[in-house]
Amino acid sequence: MSLPSSLGQLVEEAQRLSGPLQNTIRDSIVNSIYTTAESIAAGAVTTGDPERTDWDRKIDNILTSPVWGFPIMLGLLVLVFWVTITGANIPSAMLAEGLFWIEARLTDFFMAVNAPAWLHGFLVLGVYRSLAWVVSVMLPPMAIFFPMFTLLEDSGYLPRVAFNLDRFFKKAGAHGKQALTMSMGFGCNAAGIIACRVIDSPRERLIATLTNVFVPCNGRFPTLIALAMIFVGGSVALSLAGAVATLAVAGLVVLGIAITLFVSWLLSKTLLKGTPSSFTLELPPYRRPQIAQVILRSMLDRTIFVLTRAMIIAAPAGGIIWILANTHIGDTSILAALAGWLDPFAQHMGLDGFILTAFILGLPANEIVLPILIMSYVSGGAMMELDSLAALRQLLVDQHGWTWLTALCTMIFILCHWPCGTTLFTIQKEQHRWRWTLLAVAIPTAMGIILCITVNYLAQGLGLI
Amino acid sequence: MGLTYQSTGKLANREAFDVPVSANEPVIALAGNPNTGKSTVFNALTGLRQHTGNWPGKTVLQTKGIFIHEGQQYTLVDLPGTYSLLANSVDEQVARDFICFAKPDATIVVVDATCLERNLNLALQVMEITEQVVLCVNLIDEARRRKLNIDTGALTRALGIPVVATAARSKEGLPQLLESTAKVVWKKIKPRPNLVQYIPEVEAAVSLLEPKVKALLGNDINPRWISLRLLDGDITLIKALEKFYGQQKVKSVREVFA
Amino acid sequence: MYGSTTLNSAPVGSFVLVKEVNAEGLTRRRLLDLGLVPGTRVEVIRRSPVGDPIAFNIRGAVIALRQEESSKVTVIDS
Repeated sequence: MSLPSSLGQLVEEAQRLSGPLQNTIRDSIVNSIYTTAESIAAGAVTTGDPERTDWDRKIDNILTSPVWGFPIMLGLLVLVFWVTITGANIPSAMLAEGLFWIEARLTDFFMAVNAPAWLHGFLVLGVYRSLAWVVSVMLPPMAIFFPMFTLLEDSGYLPRVAFNLDRFFKKAGAHGKQALTMSMGFGCNAAGIIACRVIDSPRERLIATLTNVFVPCNGRFPTLIALAMIFVGGSVALSLAGAVATLAVAGLVVLGIAITLFVSWLLSKTLLKGTPSSFTLELPPYRRPQIAQVILRSMLDRTIFVLTRAMIIAAPAGGIIWILANTHIGDTSILAALAGWLDPFAQHMGLDGFILTAFILGLPANEIVLPILIMSYVSGGAMMELDSLAALRQLLVDQHGWTWLTALCTMIFILCHWPCGTTLFTIQKEQHRWRWTLLAVAIPTAMGIILCITVNYLAQGLGLI
Repeated sequence: MGLTYQSTGKLANREAFDVPVSANEPVIALAGNPNTGKSTVFNALTGLRQHTGNWPGKTVLQTKGIFIHEGQQYTLVDLPGTYSLLANSVDEQVARDFICFAKPDATIVVVDATCLERNLNLALQVMEITEQVVLCVNLIDEARRRKLNIDTGALTRALGIPVVATAARSKEGLPQLLESTAKVVWKKIKPRPNLVQYIPEVEAAVSLLEPKVKALLGNDINPRWISLRLLDGDITLIKALEKFYGQQKVKSVREVFA
Repeated sequence: MYGSTTLNSAPVGSFVLVKEVNAEGLTRRRLLDLGLVPGTRVEVIRRSPVGDPIAFNIRGAVIALRQEESSKVTVIDS
């Protein structure tokens, strides 16, 4: 018997032995393993109650029923948003109050040591204030949203969502598990993109990655909610404002889902052509989640993680934006000059130059878009926290001529524009190709511009404004 | 001849998986199907002493943790949840390569007590690669609730490896799991896995191929298991062998498969 | 009745036996690995609200398959 001297020869030998029967061999190997497992299990398991009620099936009869499946899904979505929105309000306000009290003390300190105004401006009004804003705006909703999401995840409900929705994703040439990555995107798009790993096939994973930004993350929700409260909720009684605003935001989310499906379909028909790869989805038994574990894990793995990253990005960005707003060329600041230059184009989109500038400068983190806008609207030249929605309403409507159309276009652009810096960084790390990262910028941006221009001209043409 | 492949030891390979290489810090792998409560077991054993990152060169999450048992520190590596190790997905490849090439000092296979038949499939596959296996029959509380009685003694006899019933959520059975695992690591128990017997045609081919595998690669990686994978044409394993055992003498692999 | 059909057209609530998997390559490997080896008893549990995918009980786990895959598994009544 000749001994093989290389792996190659060994492989040849194996090929010779298995010959044309390779499929049969493989089948019989898998078959033998399963048969062995079957007989071992049969010898070790005895069941005392074969007639017991299968609760999982009963629950599934409702949660995946043709009648109740979709309403329950939508209802849970709205419920999660509503709890997040209303629950975050009070702690957000308290955090803001505390952090801005500290800011005042910092200012006192800078005055006491006679620090130069620019240093105080850069460090306190720029760096510190943007950090304070990000923490007070982001932390409470995340600390509420992520545990709720983890709860749904651990209970076993999320695979049912994928099961219910898979048909639509299949039609769009995408994978049913994209529903899971989208749900995660509500918390944070970067986290949603990492979650895309659950999709085995590279093509479908890429589709899920490139479209994740169409679900608004926690960094964008507060702005959407604020605008919805002012322009939609503002028209009804105060007690109903929260509920109406929640519905408006939910409507926008449904629009985002529709856009996701449309863009997925477009991608799978053009750039990412291919047949849908095999789809297997386990519907695990429902389990009672461990509340303590859920809170601990979602805080450590998600909330703190996302918040830390946002703070790392927001701190230098706050400083730079303060410089842009306070460095004057002639008698206008760089920020105002940029806004003036962008204004003609922004007007086509139903926005103004300041809004578009805020989006561009908000690239590092979506949660600083609104603060930048406020900073550039008020002459103070630093991001500021307005103490109430009424004050924000006055600033936007009375002083800067916002109409419901401006608000609508801004909300659409919040939903559809380039992903934040952290998300882009994550896409690059997951996909390793610049072209996909660039496409991740181009697709939602083009979508947002087209939608805004269409809505703007349609509303004006129909004389709605 | 051909023994050059043996020169790469398991500790050097461990470095490639980003886990401790010191001989006095044992490495334990945690394998299991998805939804078996594997991560609950992992969290219960390691608590907050965890570190997450990526498997080197892969966009697959790697979670490592440490725990201390009777004064000895162990590293626990959570493998991706898979149904099988036949390498049909990146997750399965990662899990297989770790057990096969990093050669953990013990591998705990977590199975769902309420779904034993399906889960044993993976356990049997792990047992083909390594003898250092402990079976953790998790969710035993759930099984009790469903009036399922699991005879762990029968499982031990049928499989030839230590079997521990646990309910990781309530930490039931975890001390026994650590105990058994430590004994396997320190060779105080020597598991003798009862391997799956295949149909005569397959067994005949294996008996022809196995000596040749042994001659080329030695006993470093279970030759019976490698023979089976070669027979079933698992190209991903051949690529992995190339990677971990050097490029020399394996030039013709791709040509053969071309 | 011993007519053979494919897994996707077996009615909800029925039990069937796998006869063979008519796929090649990765799809075949995946289906086999799920436990769809000849002789396996499979229960058709439910269809998704919009008809596809369909959930099956395969060796103790509930697994949903799209029509593309389930149509490749030939089954007989059990």
